[in-house]
Amino acid sequence: MTNRILFVLMLVAGLTAPLFAYPVFVMDLLCFALFACAFNLLLGYAGLLSFGHAAFFGGAAYITGYVTKEWGFTPLLGILAGAGFAMVLGAAFGFLAIRRQGIYFAMVTLALAQIIYFLALQMPFTGGENGLQGIPRGHLFGLIDLNNSLTMYYFVFAIFVIGFGIIYRTINSPFGEVLQAIRENESRALSLGYDVDHFKLLAFVISATLAGLAGATKAIIFQFAALTSAHWQTSGEVILMTLVGGLGTVFGPVVGAILVGALSHELSAFGSWVQVILGTIFVVCVMVFRRGIIGELQRLVSRKQG
Amino acid sequence: MSMQVILAQALLGLNVGVFYAMLSLGLAVIFGLLNIINFAHGAMYMLGAFIALIGYSLLEQWFGISLQIGFWASLLVAPVIVGILGVLIERLMLKRLYELDHIYGLLLTFGITLILQGLFANYFNVSGTPYPGQPEALSGVVNLGFMYFPTYRLFAIVFSLVVCFATWWVIEHTKLGSRLRAGVENPDLTQAFGLNVPLMVTLTFAFGAGLAGLAGVLAAPIYSVSPLMGADLIIVVFAVVVIGGMGSIMGAILSGLALGLVEGLTKVFYPPAASTVIFFLMVLVLLFRPAGLFGKEK
Repeated sequence: MTNRILFVLMLVAGLTAPLFAYPVFVMDLLCFALFACAFNLLLGYAGLLSFGHAAFFGGAAYITGYVTKEWGFTPLLGILAGAGFAMVLGAAFGFLAIRRQGIYFAMVTLALAQIIYFLALQMPFTGGENGLQGIPRGHLFGLIDLNNSLTMYYFVFAIFVIGFGIIYRTINSPFGEVLQAIRENESRALSLGYDVDHFKLLAFVISATLAGLAGATKAIIFQFAALTSAHWQTSGEVILMTLVGGLGTVFGPVVGAILVGALSHELSAFGSWVQVILGTIFVVCVMVFRRGIIGELQRLVSRKQG
Repeated sequence: MSMQVILAQALLGLNVGVFYAMLSLGLAVIFGLLNIINFAHGAMYMLGAFIALIGYSLLEQWFGISLQIGFWASLLVAPVIVGILGVLIERLMLKRLYELDHIYGLLLTFGITLILQGLFANYFNVSGTPYPGQPEALSGVVNLGFMYFPTYRLFAIVFSLVVCFATWWVIEHTKLGSRLRAGVENPDLTQAFGLNVPLMVTLTFAFGAGLAGLAGVLAAPIYSVSPLMGADLIIVVFAVVVIGGMGSIMGAILSGLALGLVEGLTKVFYPPAASTVIFFLMVLVLLFRPAGLFGKEK
């Protein structure tokens, strides 16, 4: 029930956002929100900490940029190509990473993602440190001009809602229940007859694909695939967003992405102090605020009811 | 390709390898007792290098103290300072997280990494500052018969190897080490025998941190001192640790050395792959020997 109200609120806020905020900035936040939701599916529901999600986010951006710029793909097709790449990459990384557990899983994903980072830095088509520039926004279905930032905004918002919907359905399905069972007690899930590795891999692939969807969309918005999107610091940022908003909550990552995104934007004049501040928030969250904003709110509400 | 080029690159690779070995050794020692991965290990390595740099050339300018801490003194001062920082981190923060999922320890130390890195990035150039304090006695080159090799690098290799093997010896062959291993094996029982396990944990973390700081000082005269020097290194060291497995101290040392060597040789045969070869080896190890070369799956 609460979720339904919150969802309607989010829709209204999203549809009216361009009236009171700069559309490009909101689009950026939407991409990060989708990215964080995809990440949360893995850590919040399956209990798997991936420290390499930047590879899917950044990798998809490069692929989308390349196929729309060099092969003349339409924007939608380009975004799908990017997300498809993230899906394949997710299957490969997931297959390798689930062979180790816990803390090793995090290290393996981080190291694998670093391969993508170096490829993005060294391959001939990626533009090295400058990133892949001059990606066309193009026309949606060959008809609707996306160079208009309002049209672009609603296109991005539609992608966000679809991605969010997929994650919501996944969490609230029998599949999602099994994921949570694995998070709570992996050996018990295994002894109940669930093929744990199969579930983990599928969760990893879905999460990677949607992270790729977010990165691909971002490349079209900014007409630019940035090397920083594939850097480990981006993987860290998405963890922070999810943690601040609330791990394992439906709307937490959205709230966290908006907060952290807005904060980084506001503080961008302070240079490296941004990093110090984000690091401090990280430490504070881990030490005393592990439920995150939405998690704490939920606790307050349920305490009042109980 | 001449044998000389290959040998030269192998030695340079070994030089990188000793840093991998020192860092993965520290990670393994900490992991054994605390079950956490210290993401800030790279930042502590960077901190060690900066303490040497500041101690040598900035004390007067920054703090008005007319004192210069030379290279030899830094080898002692930097690990101690980084170790004290380690004690603070363990006592004030990590200690409260032991009951929780181990990923929180990783996340906490990641946050600390961002803070340290950001602080130094405010005052120092990201592209690096050269360390001017390399001692006179270690400048120049030595004739190894088949090639001339920088004296300092040779010193760094030998010194690090001595530190690594001394650590191994202490852990495997002394009374102190046997107590430590008992703590790893069964902390509750060890405590019941009257050993102060929490103190052991704190000192172990401080020791691992100090080792990273020491590696930083040794690296300062070779690489320029930069706020990002630890971040790029630590991810490679993670891959080293996944390849080696953290089950054994000797395993951590040997895989560090071997992978540095592999990286150095890749620079000769196929330079573009030098920065990723260790990650690809990690993929192979995960496919064929998931627990790592020296690892025991917990």
